[in-house]
Parts: sequence; C-alpha cells; structure tokens
Amino acid sequence: MSDCILCGAQAQQGSDVKSGADVIELDGVAYSYGGGELLSDMSLAITPGAFYFLTGPSGAGKTTFLKMCYAALKPTSGALKLFGQDVRTMERNDIALVRRRIGVVHQDCQFIDHLSVADNIALPLSVSGQDNWDDTTNLKELLAWVGLSHRANALPPELSGGERQRAALARAIIMSPDIVLADEPTGNVDWEMSERLLRLLLELNRMGKTVVIASHDLSLIRSAKSQVQARVLRIANKRLQLAGANL
Amino acid sequence: MSALFSTLAALFVGDLQRDRVVPASGYTSTLTSLTAAAMAFLVVFALALSLASYRLAQDWSKALEQSATLRISAPVEQLDAQVARAIEILETTPGVASARALSSEEQSDLLTPWLGVDVPFDKLPLPRLIEIVQTPDGFDPQGLRLRLTGELPSAVLDDHVRWRRPLVQAANWLSVLGVVAIGLIGLTSGAMIILAARAALAANAQVITVLRLIGATDAYIEAAFVRRFAFRTFIGAVVGTVIGAGVVALFPGEEEQAAILTGLRLSGVEWMWLVLIPPILSSIAFSATRYAANRLLKGLT
Repeated sequence: MSDCILCGAQAQQGSDVKSGADVIELDGVAYSYGGGELLSDMSLAITPGAFYFLTGPSGAGKTTFLKMCYAALKPTSGALKLFGQDVRTMERNDIALVRRRIGVVHQDCQFIDHLSVADNIALPLSVSGQDNWDDTTNLKELLAWVGLSHRANALPPELSGGERQRAALARAIIMSPDIVLADEPTGNVDWEMSERLLRLLLELNRMGKTVVIASHDLSLIRSAKSQVQARVLRIANKRLQLAGANL
Repeated sequence: MSALFSTLAALFVGDLQRDRVVPASGYTSTLTSLTAAAMAFLVVFALALSLASYRLAQDWSKALEQSATLRISAPVEQLDAQVARAIEILETTPGVASARALSSEEQSDLLTPWLGVDVPFDKLPLPRLIEIVQTPDGFDPQGLRLRLTGELPSAVLDDHVRWRRPLVQAANWLSVLGVVAIGLIGLTSGAMIILAARAALAANAQVITVLRLIGATDAYIEAAFVRRFAFRTFIGAVVGTVIGAGVVALFPGEEEQAAILTGLRLSGVEWMWLVLIPPILSSIAFSATRYAANRLLKGLT
C-alpha cells in the first residue's frame, strides 16, 4: 500500500497533536459500574507512533479500557486526556471531532447493514463533511489494500468474518487517524486471516500511526513482537501492568 | 442554537450519503406518510369549515346590520293608510336610506316555507311588512319607536338585533372551533410523528451507534432522520391535501344555496391556504423528529 492512500484525508484533517505530546494520557484513571470498580488506578501515556498490545483474561476490562480511549466511557475518577483534551470537560461535539482522529475496529465490526461495503468504508468522510471523497481519497486503493476490491458492492451481512474485520479496518483508517484502536480484531478469524490483519496493522504503524490492539491471542502477540517493537500491557486485578518478556 | 442552525443548514443543503444512512423502508416511514396524509385531509376540512363559518358570520352581519323591519297590524280598511303613513315617517327619519312595503307576493313567499303552498294568504288578515334599509350611520331605534308609538300604535319595529347577534356569535364560534381543530390536528400530528420517530430511532440504534463511533455529530445524525421524516411528511401531506381539496371542491358552493353546507367549498384566494398545509406539517415533523432525536442522542455516549 502506498502512503498516499492516507495522505489526502490527513492533509485535510490536519493534526493538533503537539510534537512529542501523548496521543492518550491516563493518570490514576478508574472506572466503576454498578457500584463495583472494574478498572483501578491506571496511568499510561500512549505516545505517537507506538504499537501496544493490551492483553488480559476475558472480562478483565480490555474493552472498557478501549472504550475510555475513544470517550465512549468516561472515567469515574482520575484524568484521561485524548490529544491533550480532558475527556471530563469535553462537550458531545468535541467528542465527535476527537473520534474522527481515532480509528476503531470493534470485535463485532459494527456496520450499517443496508449500505454497501464501499459506502460503509467511506462513511467517515461523509460524516466529516468531505462529500467529494471520491475525488480526494482513493477508495479503490484502500479496498485493494485490505483485499476487498471484489466485495466493494456487497452488503456487510454477506461478508465472512475476516472480510468484515478488514472492512472495519479500512473504515477505521480512511480518515487517516492518529491512532487505531482494535478490539480483538482476530477474535473471529482463522490463523491465516489473523496474520493478514496483523500485517495490515503493522504496516499502518510503519506509516507512523499509533496502534493499540486488545487481544488475548498470545501467539498473535508473539508474532507481532518479532516484527515490531511492541509494548505489551496487561490488565490484571483491575490494574494496568507492563507485561514481562515471558509472553 | 448553533446546533439548530447546523441542523437547519444540513436539512436544506442535503447530503446524499447522509440521507442513505437511514433505511428508506420500514413501517415507520409508511406510518409517517399515512399520518401526514390523514392529518392534512382533516386540516382541509377544518379549514373549509372555519372559513365558511367566518364567511357566514360576515355575510349575516353585513346583510342584517343595515336592515330592519316594521310590522303594521291594523284592520284591513286602515292597513294601506297606516302603511303609507309609516313610510312617510320613515322617509323623514334620519338614518333611514329607504323604506318599502313588501308586496303580498313577497309576504306569501316568506310564509310558504312555514305554512305550505295551499294556504290562501290573500284571505288572511296578515300584517304588512315594511323593509327598512339604513344608512351606514343607522337610525336611532328608540327614537323611532317613540315616534311610531305616538302615530301608529300598532307598528312594531324589529331591528334584528335580538336574533342576529346569537347567529353571528354562533358562526364566529364555529370559525374559532375550526381554528382550534386545526391546532389540535397539528399537535396530534406532532405527537404521532414523535412516536414514529422514536420507533425509527430505536429500530436504527445500530446506525446511530456506528455513526457516533466514526465521529458523527448530533447535528449530522439528527439531520439524517429529520430530513427523512420531514420529506415523508411532506409527501403524505401533499397527497392528503390534494384528496381533501378534491372532496371539498365537490361540496356545493355559496351560489348553489344548499342549506347548511352553503359555502363550505372554498372560493378564490381561499384555495391558497391549502398550499400552506404540507410545509406546515413538514415543519411540525421537523421539530418533532428533532426533539425525539435530541432526547435519544443525549442519552448516548
């Protein structure tokens, strides 16, 4: 994939990330729900261009952590900053604007089922007011990059698990976001497809994008670590820990 | 306020991609169009009723406020002389433009609807009626009554006030009721469209979730639904208005003098009022959908 696929959108969107500033910054963040604390005292600074894995057992709070990272959930205590903006003081409109700089790949992908794959992928451009996306962004090239050129006009329910994940990844990066958050992107696909998705994410990281992948697939993490300097975070006992080399 | 402006701007500017995010089909779309058509149909009738009542009140008021009747009851041999004297008095009364005794045929015509055609009116000792037409300033009924009492004790002056006022009041109230009915129809339309919009929003929860996920503002999401509902309402309202107008056009017009329905058919520029129904109902749909969407979106992250 050539870098220019992401250049058009990036040039229009611009970037407010100050040189050296953290993309996401957590300081003593905790999250409680229904009277119980799910995540506790989390501190972390995700720097631009970094590659993170977030691991931990099912139910540990990986998805909750990621949701806080795109302001779908607000911490119940502590400070969380997205691109230098404190989530607690952000208006709904600000949150929407910040999300345009964050590409999210959900485990269940989340598409609009009556729109074609191509329309779903291009939707972030329409949402951000780039109605002439056909001219400014090479959607075809993006579809080719994720290997979905032949499925451009298909509807999301017609796609296989791997195709859905790749379409979700294409949608997540079409705005050339500063960071890509992927929640169990390989959860529903076979090993071959997992490797293919990982290669796409690694390629994005080489383009300078920050990547955070929540996964409990240790073989995937080992495979990635052999190719990139990835940091592995682990959620255990409600807290965030830097995983050791014994993965 | 800025959100309202951006929604309005988004509504009128339009965006093919955004419009497509809301599925075009579904029972809520049919329900909205049907509701709008039914409401527009009812508005046409309420409007026709209101305008007809208003026209009737105006007509009665105008027709009767400038006229009065003098009734002369006297023995047959004195009747013509008293009628002539009454006319002399009336012609010299300030505020009386003209006074004319009704002919026997005119009086018979007035009584025929009540007594039938076989009654020999010419053999009955009927009082004579004098039609008085007033000047715009009108006459002083009390002064005229005093003068008539002195010279023609059997004369009875009826200035129509007693029965004209309640009739005009009734017609005016009917007109107000028509306006109230239009208001209620508007409120009901709003309530029904809110329900339909809420159902549509609930049915499209996945669409809203995806849009929020990829950075859509509330204004963008609102506009997608608001445009769809306003448009469906407009189409439904146009259909309802056209059907309603067709039915109203079949009613007898004022010139056809068809009893109680006289003048229910709209006339002249009154038809132009109907043009306002679709845009007004669309505006109601716009506000109702925006309200429903706003409330729902505020509850989402």
